[in-house]
Amino acid sequence: MHELSLCGAIADVVTRHAGPRRVEVIHLRIGQLRQVVPDTLAFCWTLVSEGTDLAGSVLDVERVPARLRCRACNERFALDGTIAFVCPACKSLDVEVVAGEDFDVTALDLAEV
Amino acid sequence: MGRFHRHDDGSWHDHEVSGDGPPGAHSHDAGDHSQYQTGRERIQLLERVFGENDRMAAENRNDLQREGVIAINLMSAPGAGKTTLLRETLRRLADRLRVAVIEGDIETSLDADRLRNLGATIELINTGDGFGGECHLDAPMVRSALVRLRLARLDLILIENVGNLVCPAEFDVGEHARAMIHAVTEGEDKPLKYPIMFRSADLVLINKIDLLPHLDVDLDAFRRNLRAVNPTATTIEVSARTGVGVAAWCAWIESLRRPAPESTAKPVAT
Repeated sequence: MHELSLCGAIADVVTRHAGPRRVEVIHLRIGQLRQVVPDTLAFCWTLVSEGTDLAGSVLDVERVPARLRCRACNERFALDGTIAFVCPACKSLDVEVVAGEDFDVTALDLAEV
Repeated sequence: MGRFHRHDDGSWHDHEVSGDGPPGAHSHDAGDHSQYQTGRERIQLLERVFGENDRMAAENRNDLQREGVIAINLMSAPGAGKTTLLRETLRRLADRLRVAVIEGDIETSLDADRLRNLGATIELINTGDGFGGECHLDAPMVRSALVRLRLARLDLILIENVGNLVCPAEFDVGEHARAMIHAVTEGEDKPLKYPIMFRSADLVLINKIDLLPHLDVDLDAFRRNLRAVNPTATTIEVSARTGVGVAAWCAWIESLRRPAPESTAKPVAT
């Protein structure tokens, strides 16, 4: 349940950028390798935003699939159901994560003043 | 609940029933929300949600480095034996090194109480504020403990994280290395179920090894699973109860002190 503290961190970022305007939608980008449950995040957001200037705003989450690259044979691949960092082409374990670790606030939709 | 919102025709809709994903986590095929309301403005930004935590983790790391203190973030599931292993560790190291333990515990000081009178300074962080307690330590929490410790008089800080195989992996606290304790009673497949945490570990201590004769656990399978998510992690078999392997673990800790300390921690954040 670290979603609660993540919501606190999101609120800090949003408040810093929104100024006095009411925030309607907060756009997030969350990588597959982030252990965040979007449902839980949305629920925690209502708890954290309630009674604040951010009450009523919603989170819009774009999930980013993990992409990996094999350092041995340069194969690029995605992760399927089970997360195992093994190259499907040459079975090397020497793989690097190219994408999927993001957790960013990418945009805010602000209401008319 | 965060899943209702209004469109320009004044209607509300509910993303839980709109059928394209869980509430608050939808894509917007059913209507582009960016255009629906005149006067609404979208501002683009790119800010990492973990930015503040990671900034403070870097500060922690700098302060530790400046004073020549090594910090190890100890993580495990509840009941894997962190506190018992820490007791054995302090018994062996406290006369050679000046050690502090930072204890993360949701409500009680039970773990901290078990570590007293072993020659180490104990700093307790109760994470129980707010909604039922945090499930992890973050960099600001560790900072609050660091400022109470006299770093100049320490060599080593062992940070006992909250027992949990998910959340602690997400938070860099400024440690130099991450050590996980995995009890053989937890079975073989935990690395595949909790890959993020196992991937972030520099060392995996395979604990309660004395119980192996009584279990149907395949340690080779565990090692294979671990290698699939983390091919470079060191492993040490230990039993905090019988003392097997504790010397090797202490030697690993001391090996971190020899070269100029460099960050070997692999936080998930980049």
